Amino acid sequence: MHLLIQNGRVVDPSQDLDAKLDVLIEDGVVARVDKKIKANVSTLDAAGLIVSPGFIDLHTHLREPGQEHKETISTGTRAAVAGGYTAVCAMANTLPPNDERAVTEMIIAESRRNGACRVYPIGAVSKGLKGEELAELADLRTAGCVGVSDDGKPVWNAQLMRRALEYCAMLKIPVIAHEEDAHLNEGGVMHEGYYSTLLGMAGIPAASEETLVARDVILAALTKSHVHVAHASTRGAIDAVRRAKADGVHVTCEVTPHHLALGDDAVQSFSTNLKMNPPLRSADHRDAILEGIADGTVDAIATDHAPHHFDEKNVEFDLAPFGIIGLETAFGVCHTRLQKVVDLARLIDLFSCGPARIFNLPGGTLQRGALGDVTLIDIKARYQVTNTFHSKASNSPFIGEALTGRPVATVVAGVVKFDLRV
Amino acid sequence: MRAQTSSLRTKDLLGIEPLSPEEISLILDTAEGFKEVSERPVKKVPALRGQLVINLFMEASTRTRVSFEIAEKRLSADTLNFSASGSSVEKGETLIDTAENLMAMRPDMIVIRHKHPGAPKMLAERLPASIINAGDGAHEHPTQALLDAFTIRERLGRLDGINVSIVGDIAHSRVVRSNIHLRTKMKANVTVAGPPTLIPSEVEKMGARVVHSLDAAIDGADVIMMLRIQIERQGKLSFPSLREYYNTFGLTPERLRRSKPDAIVMHPGPMNRGVEIASDVADNPERSVILEQVTNGVAVRMAVLYLLGGAHLE
Repeated sequence: MHLLIQNGRVVDPSQDLDAKLDVLIEDGVVARVDKKIKANVSTLDAAGLIVSPGFIDLHTHLREPGQEHKETISTGTRAAVAGGYTAVCAMANTLPPNDERAVTEMIIAESRRNGACRVYPIGAVSKGLKGEELAELADLRTAGCVGVSDDGKPVWNAQLMRRALEYCAMLKIPVIAHEEDAHLNEGGVMHEGYYSTLLGMAGIPAASEETLVARDVILAALTKSHVHVAHASTRGAIDAVRRAKADGVHVTCEVTPHHLALGDDAVQSFSTNLKMNPPLRSADHRDAILEGIADGTVDAIATDHAPHHFDEKNVEFDLAPFGIIGLETAFGVCHTRLQKVVDLARLIDLFSCGPARIFNLPGGTLQRGALGDVTLIDIKARYQVTNTFHSKASNSPFIGEALTGRPVATVVAGVVKFDLRV
Repeated sequence: MRAQTSSLRTKDLLGIEPLSPEEISLILDTAEGFKEVSERPVKKVPALRGQLVINLFMEASTRTRVSFEIAEKRLSADTLNFSASGSSVEKGETLIDTAENLMAMRPDMIVIRHKHPGAPKMLAERLPASIINAGDGAHEHPTQALLDAFTIRERLGRLDGINVSIVGDIAHSRVVRSNIHLRTKMKANVTVAGPPTLIPSEVEKMGARVVHSLDAAIDGADVIMMLRIQIERQGKLSFPSLREYYNTFGLTPERLRRSKPDAIVMHPGPMNRGVEIASDVADNPERSVILEQVTNGVAVRMAVLYLLGGAHLE
């Protein structure tokens, strides 16, 4: 499709570009980025807005197949474009899990039929996510998976993790690691610390994540393979990733908006929209995340968008499932909270260029020939998060929050998929 | 002491943490008046006549449930006891659905005991009835801490400056948390004691001193409060055996002899005789106030029910 995006300020960290320029997309790819382009195609006005390479979420749960009461590929991708995302990576813990090619193909077919943005499936590491035997990783790769993960669960067996990393080195895809030691967690529902003691709830110690990250960094070095630490939430995880990078090990990591914006003190309200895994942590861990963002240790911001039906979350804190949605609030929360920590270019890098770079995905840039995936952002917009979402679910801790900065329009392959102004 | 017309600031009693020292004193002072009612031949006052109180006990209880029921009846309220077993909770009905269905029958107050922290707060936010927390998981048990305070005040004359030591499974105890809140608000000194595996993370930040020996806990204490060790946790990862627990932390007459001569021994019940406390200590008529706690529990609960339900009628 063709589209001319006019009058905006292009910020493309992949090219060190920050200038008032127009972007011409032809046949779904970037044809030209230049001053005052004239072309006989539909236009999209970007006056007063930032024009950025389209956002890419490395970590989303679309819940289809099997849990369509929570979300579907259709509603989840609609939520994605409303949050400025042009592509999402869909995690494998569906029902049935995405541990074989048929499920991958179903997800891709459905996303082509009814998806509002690109969907890159993430396959399972192990059959049935049981953590016992490798899934057919090569088949999953061929079918279109861009990485593998048992996310939702850790790969507890170190030998299995080692073999998965070795195998994926051949396939040149990352193993995305959900780092938690189920034994150390021991039924925990929130961060172990002063607040879990105050509230009388079972705690999840930081050590649960930190021990597994330390292990997987060593395994990545051993196998010369790429491990990507999902939703890093602790100082120990960020430190381990920083050291590993300095040592030349192929380790990357993502953090979520909620882990940098919220802390375990908020759980005093007992709201189940504050229950997720890994949990909200204490202030020192949040500081470590901000330090990691500032010094480049953190490669990407990823939402871990985890929709649940209202009834499932409308129970006692102990009983509620873990997870919150995040696609529609991610940019606003990060822009608001990181204003004093990073500049706009770094922020866009975390949402777009970084994800594409570390997972070897197309996009994340507005160079000629790149995907015509673009996000328009109003960084001055002030608004309050309401309780209506494009997602089927509304389990968000940010309802009622006042934010600054929001995605206004989202373009995928030159087609406008979302425009707040219309 | 005449009952007062002032009442608590909110419609619910969810814990000690939200209470001010003045509200705590109000409850204790009101309880003194009600203790006298329980000594009369006709043990009844009409304060809650015509009001319906539902006792929603989703967890086992002897003392607390019976104590609340007696308190409600002495205030002339209509009472209804609801327990999870035998109810549709066994068919999977959620807490909120259970509560909303009960609310549709217009109770004035709901006393709830539940194994999950925050359950009373969930009800308080959704229902117009007054909600009283009778114990929510390991979070709070406010009426227990209040009756403990009443007992201490009665026996030792005051609360401020008193050294209170609480010994046992601190990590899983709602009694401890409520007591730490209450003691710090009333300016008593709290020590918690137990093996490190039963002490929760950063509990010093709540205002308690932590020790890992019974002797250190007894030394200088005016009040020694023993907590029940949950037998089902034995041999799992927190401590190896009841025998070892008794040897390290069990309150025996020999160890009690090292305490201040007037130090009192308390226990919220139920007791495991020979596990956390020896029978000779539990039954010691001079030192043990365990049964006085139970008597005072009725008076304290009458005070709470009255202040939440009856006071505004005057």
